[in-house]
Amino acid sequence: MTETSTPRVELLGISKTFPGVHALEKADLRLNAGEVHALLGENGAGKSTLIKILTGALRRDEGEIRIDGKTVEIDGRPEARALGISVVYQEVNLVETLSVATNLTLERQPLRFGLISWREARERARARLKRLSLDIDVDRPLGSYSVAIQQLVAIARALDEDTRVLVLDEPTASLDAREVELLFGIIRDLKARGIAIVFITHFIDQVYAISDRISVLRNGRLVGTAPTAELPRLKLISLMLGRELERAEARRPIAAAVAVGRPILACQGIGRRRYMGNFDLELRAGEVVGLAGLLGSGRTETAKLVFGAARPDAGHMQFEGKTISIRSPRQSIRLGIGFCPEDRKAEGLIAELSVRENIVLALQTKRGWLRRLSHAEQEKFAQEMIHALGIATPDADKPVGQLSGGNQQKVILARWLVSQPRVLILDEPTRGIDVGAHAEVVALIRRLCDRGLALLVASSELDEIVAVSDRVAVLRDRRKVGEIGGDDVTRDNIIHMIAGG
Amino acid sequence: MSVDRAIAAAEAPPIARRLTALLAHRAVWPLVALVIILVIDAFFAHGFFRVRVVEGRLFGSLVDVFYRGMPTALVALGMAVVIGTKGIDLSVGSIIAICAAVIAWRMHEGDPHFVILLLALGTGLLCGLWNGTLVAFLDIQPIIATLILMVSGRGIGLMINLIYGGTNPSFTSPLLQGLSTGHIGLIPTRLIIGAGLFALLWLLLRRTALGLFLESVGANARAADLAGISARLVKLSAYLISGLCAGSAGIIIGADTHTSDPVSIGLYIELDAILAVVIGGGSLAGGRIFLGMTVIGVLVIQTLTTSILMSGLPPEFNLIVKAIVVLIVLLLQSNNLRAALVRLFSGRKR
Repeated sequence: MTETSTPRVELLGISKTFPGVHALEKADLRLNAGEVHALLGENGAGKSTLIKILTGALRRDEGEIRIDGKTVEIDGRPEARALGISVVYQEVNLVETLSVATNLTLERQPLRFGLISWREARERARARLKRLSLDIDVDRPLGSYSVAIQQLVAIARALDEDTRVLVLDEPTASLDAREVELLFGIIRDLKARGIAIVFITHFIDQVYAISDRISVLRNGRLVGTAPTAELPRLKLISLMLGRELERAEARRPIAAAVAVGRPILACQGIGRRRYMGNFDLELRAGEVVGLAGLLGSGRTETAKLVFGAARPDAGHMQFEGKTISIRSPRQSIRLGIGFCPEDRKAEGLIAELSVRENIVLALQTKRGWLRRLSHAEQEKFAQEMIHALGIATPDADKPVGQLSGGNQQKVILARWLVSQPRVLILDEPTRGIDVGAHAEVVALIRRLCDRGLALLVASSELDEIVAVSDRVAVLRDRRKVGEIGGDDVTRDNIIHMIAGG
Repeated sequence: MSVDRAIAAAEAPPIARRLTALLAHRAVWPLVALVIILVIDAFFAHGFFRVRVVEGRLFGSLVDVFYRGMPTALVALGMAVVIGTKGIDLSVGSIIAICAAVIAWRMHEGDPHFVILLLALGTGLLCGLWNGTLVAFLDIQPIIATLILMVSGRGIGLMINLIYGGTNPSFTSPLLQGLSTGHIGLIPTRLIIGAGLFALLWLLLRRTALGLFLESVGANARAADLAGISARLVKLSAYLISGLCAGSAGIIIGADTHTSDPVSIGLYIELDAILAVVIGGGSLAGGRIFLGMTVIGVLVIQTLTTSILMSGLPPEFNLIVKAIVVLIVLLLQSNNLRAALVRLFSGRKR
């Protein structure tokens, strides 16, 4: 593939520190001309920081950048672009309400007598689109086209005559299979023109479909790089997940011994187009079911479909044997299903309200607005939970927005515990909380389960999944690919399944 | 910032700490403003605090403040609820116009006055239902949704006048005028109505869970939805409450003026109401409803207006002075400025 031994771009020993975080520690990346290079890593691995340094959005603390063997300084986005480095970010940086032509000439509008020349702008826009063999009406607003076309327009905007490196940050996140093929066709075309393409994605299948070489980042370091053909899936996923600590934390005793209870909630073929492939899932009393998978594999999506926060468009559900057609969170809560969302700030907390009000909220909605919990009752529930979960707050009247992350998480857990659910769904229950609180939350999950609750726990930490789960549903690329239970719940088995081994 | 403030408070000596806590309390500044205005009145507006009994009722500037401020207070209470849900109701002035027109029309038709009273309140509710439906069920932004009725409402009032020729939209009704300008014992009836509506709203918000739901929806609609709150119904209820409050104000103002004058009745009352809510510490970002503080906000505005009239300043000054005082109150409520003041008082230099 590579005709010369000098890579097009070399990033050598790049380090970047943010206050309190080593985002990158001596990370390397080598990109060859005419190659699709997949850059992989879990959350916080340092992918976006590295890309931002390459494209001039951030400055490195140390390290060297070479282009075609020559050391260069990249001080800003314009410099990066002048060197032929372009990037298309995940959130499309375009204005949907403006026309395609305007979007394509937003940065450099052709002027005529000091005014914008629209005719010239349209022509330039068409010329840009032609590079991608795309023939669309450039006068229509961008928003009137499909996401796939918008993505292509974004690429067209990033591509200059002399672009040598093109970074695509999760370009396929919201595309369907056919649209992905369309995009891949264009990527192959660009590759054939000698452009080095960095492809960032969470879809492992797509990595193998399009890329020539893979680099994996973990905790700010390059942990492996190899031609795609020489890196089997299993090896790749082990590289990505790594092994954080060798805590062979005692797995909870298998609940199967206690003859796990009857199914409380059963999903058959539940799914939603462009969101999550149809899946079956059974939650039984006294059992923890883990949801494992890489970032973007559909963990949160599954949790939300089960709770009714996203409306399924296929399949049906049974609650205690009776077929139910939810679906709104309200209905689920009435049935006794609770959901602690991954994004606490946006979806969980009501920051202005007090700890007490946040804790009683779900119970109060279950009771309806007329049967208000008196202040004394609210205080009783709040104090009980503050005590039981060890929520650090001077009193129950403190606005919850002023607590620390771990305590906020506990408040949301408390909200669901006082509502006495039958089924509790926890999405990333330990995200963003410190180590001490982490252990407490894990212990709490086990205690809940012993009380006959059915639990569904989605987590990006494999060790946590292995530690708490009786059964694990494994997800890949927004599909459930399998389920393992009992003694088979091990790290290696889960990785095998994620890899599709 | 709040953490900084807490640290500053913890390290300060006791008296300063208490002062710091006081300054940080949301209720302080509107009350301070009110007291300052009253103190100035004591010096410059002769006889401001004198309350006499004339013709069997209380009389004096202080009573006048409550009396004249009452319609705005009614409207502002409803506004506080709507703003608490991150909404706004611009149509309250027009609702007042429609209600007054309905009263004049039904008077003309000879309906029993008690029925007319209920019809007027029902009209307010109906207007609230319209606004609430647009906002809650059609997801139209509140400022636009209520703008529709704000613009069309006064036209609707004029058209109601036309039903009976529109020649003589004036009316007299012992019942309605009794409610508006009469008095029970020494106390003007409208003050009793205002107190009653305040109590009713307080019970509705604080003795049922509706207040908690309204504030949850206003503070974080997505989280409220995931906690099982039906955001649509909750929002609808806020606009119904606002419509009802505006309807009550419509009865009081309409009966006071003895006529249906849709073009000018309750003009700009929505702006005073919004201002009162904001002076009372409510945020347009939603999330908290302060009924009592909203009334304080109305009193600040009304005391100011009455004081300027009494002080002998030319009435032309009224709007400017009002604007300046409001600006000062809002500046004092700004978190940045308050934090700076707290730092000053707790003696911490950084």
